[in-house]
Amino acid sequence: MTAAVPPPGLDRARAVIRRGTVLSTIALLGIAGVYVLAAAFTPIEARQGVAQKIFYLHVPAAWSALLAFSLVGIVSVLYLWLEDPRLDRFAASSAEVGVVFAAVMLTTGPIWAKPIWGTWWTWDARLTLTLFLFFLFVGYLSLRGALHDRRERARFSAVVGIMGLVLVPFVHLSVYLFRTLHPQPIVLKPSAPSLPWEMLRTLLVSTLMFTLLYVGLVTLRYGIGLAAEAREAHDAG
Amino acid sequence: MPSSDGAILDAVGLERAFGALRVLRGLDVRVRAGEALVVAGPNGAGKTTLLRVLAGLARPSSGEVWVLGARVGPSNPDARRPIGFVSHQSMLYDDLTVRENVVLAARLYGLPDPGAAAERALAAVGLDGRGDERPRHLSRGLLQRASIARALVHAPRLLLLDEPFTGLDAPAGERLRELLAERLAAGLALVLVTHHLDEAWQLASRVAVLAGGRWVLEEPRVGELAGFLPRYHALVHA
Amino acid sequence: MPEGLRLALVVAGKDIRAELRSKTALLSATVFAALVLVIFNFARDPTALSAGDLAPSALWVTFAFAAMVAMNRAFTVEREHDAIDGLLLAPIPRGALFAGKLLANLAFVAAVEAVALPLFVLFFNVDLSRSLWGIVGTAVLATIGFVAVGTVFGAMAVRTRFAELLLPVLLLPFMVPPLVGAVQVTSRLLADRPLSEMLGWLRILAAYDVVFVTLAALVFSSVVDE
Repeated sequence: MTAAVPPPGLDRARAVIRRGTVLSTIALLGIAGVYVLAAAFTPIEARQGVAQKIFYLHVPAAWSALLAFSLVGIVSVLYLWLEDPRLDRFAASSAEVGVVFAAVMLTTGPIWAKPIWGTWWTWDARLTLTLFLFFLFVGYLSLRGALHDRRERARFSAVVGIMGLVLVPFVHLSVYLFRTLHPQPIVLKPSAPSLPWEMLRTLLVSTLMFTLLYVGLVTLRYGIGLAAEAREAHDAG
Repeated sequence: MPSSDGAILDAVGLERAFGALRVLRGLDVRVRAGEALVVAGPNGAGKTTLLRVLAGLARPSSGEVWVLGARVGPSNPDARRPIGFVSHQSMLYDDLTVRENVVLAARLYGLPDPGAAAERALAAVGLDGRGDERPRHLSRGLLQRASIARALVHAPRLLLLDEPFTGLDAPAGERLRELLAERLAAGLALVLVTHHLDEAWQLASRVAVLAGGRWVLEEPRVGELAGFLPRYHALVHA
Repeated sequence: MPEGLRLALVVAGKDIRAELRSKTALLSATVFAALVLVIFNFARDPTALSAGDLAPSALWVTFAFAAMVAMNRAFTVEREHDAIDGLLLAPIPRGALFAGKLLANLAFVAAVEAVALPLFVLFFNVDLSRSLWGIVGTAVLATIGFVAVGTVFGAMAVRTRFAELLLPVLLLPFMVPPLVGAVQVTSRLLADRPLSEMLGWLRILAAYDVVFVTLAALVFSSVVDE
């Protein structure tokens, strides 16, 4: 039998991939726009100077990693309850996108901090949390990689996702308690508790664009997963 | 709730799927006391999965398993009481003696006198002299007898066996057949999955063939194996 | 005795008896702990870092890694010959099975800690006369939490080919809050600080235990049931 007829799920998968690519492209353009916004249209912060502007990219990136992880956790709870494979597929996509966001944030942070602060790393709340998220993602994805039975992989991943989500508040508490006893330099935080409007605006736009990028990349990854499964099912007959 | 006409095992509409991947596609299984259902079929047909679902080790995506009026599943421990399971793995702990393994099973099933029950079970399989040996020192045949002793110690009403004849020499296979026939006569219900139809043929009350997650044949055993094999091969290699 | 508790003790008893016979996990974990302590002590520069500064971290890192060696063993045993199916077939509630495994793991880890602590006193020359019970109490508090998580992760890791590698990768993030808390409390105990300085950390340790033992017990059945 010739391979003239493509597998049935493949069309749908391709549609999802297209949608994801479009969203991601828009988001990337949006982030480029944020660069411009931050550089040209946002006031310079008094104490930290121009270097502080990385804040507008750094904070939303960390936020996206946290969003990605929280969704993995919530979807994991739903999976154990409903056992819907789509939930598992979504969680896996979110984890893969999240680990990339976390990795980018963890590498750009120190590279920026070193010339400004003279230190590669500080145990500030945001960096520490993102580091933990990174390790949790790595554990989650390593476990998935080592399991081949789909049901088992989905169940075990869900368990790790839930436990990881519950861990996050404890990490936060520990860091908070540690820092009140051992004050550390705060990386990239504006000194005033309430931001002036222009800064807030840039931050919000950036957060929006990063969230859109998250959605786009997860959609894209989900579509790739669908395509792979469609081909597998077709080959298996 | 299924009808009660002496059926020890009554499973209806068993399905097990994950998304598009379907291992069991709507199976019914009924076995009465003293009946042996022999299940054959190609590899990957779902036989082991079926057995694990019947034993309560795995949950079906849909469908129900009833044993002696109780619904079986991982979350219902007591329903598993009347079930015994013999896998092609021995399920024994290497660091405990054979006797200790069987006593452990007796205690897990809450038997009032675990030591005595273990002795009876070991005697029934002819291992009473070797109870103090460790599983790693036993031959395949003896190991399997130990496994059966563990499975029978709590006097199950339903025994599920997964490829019990694999790796047994002729005398050991004969011994196993005798033991199972004895138990069948005493009212045990049996589901036996095997590739070796020749070994299990005489025991069977009913024969079933599983392929692609479905029954392609399910009927009383009639006549000789030689007469059945051509049909079996036709079904399986279709 | 309630049936669930009896069954948990049967399971735990079986694990302990089997381990006492083979002794592989206990021996490797104990030797490992001793080696780590020695290395920590030799590797520091005595003029730069006093034993007192390094001691709490050394102790807890030792406990953590030795605990992982012990916990890995608990489920490797079940994997040989699919022995765990025997436990899963029996009419035991999954909660009792978890409790049994947890108790056995705690016993193993406690045994290793009991050997490591005197070695610690020996190598680091610490004076435990006033703080011994405090340290033991902290050890109990910190250990329970991560052993509960380790029991669940051990059951999962053992189904893969890389169990010895996966268990640490999965577990280490979860060990950090209890370890940080334990080190903070231990260093204050050794320095004879008042209890008020430790309360915050002790509260975190206790909360961690309550939350994670409960959570682990709840998700355990999702791990062992197909």
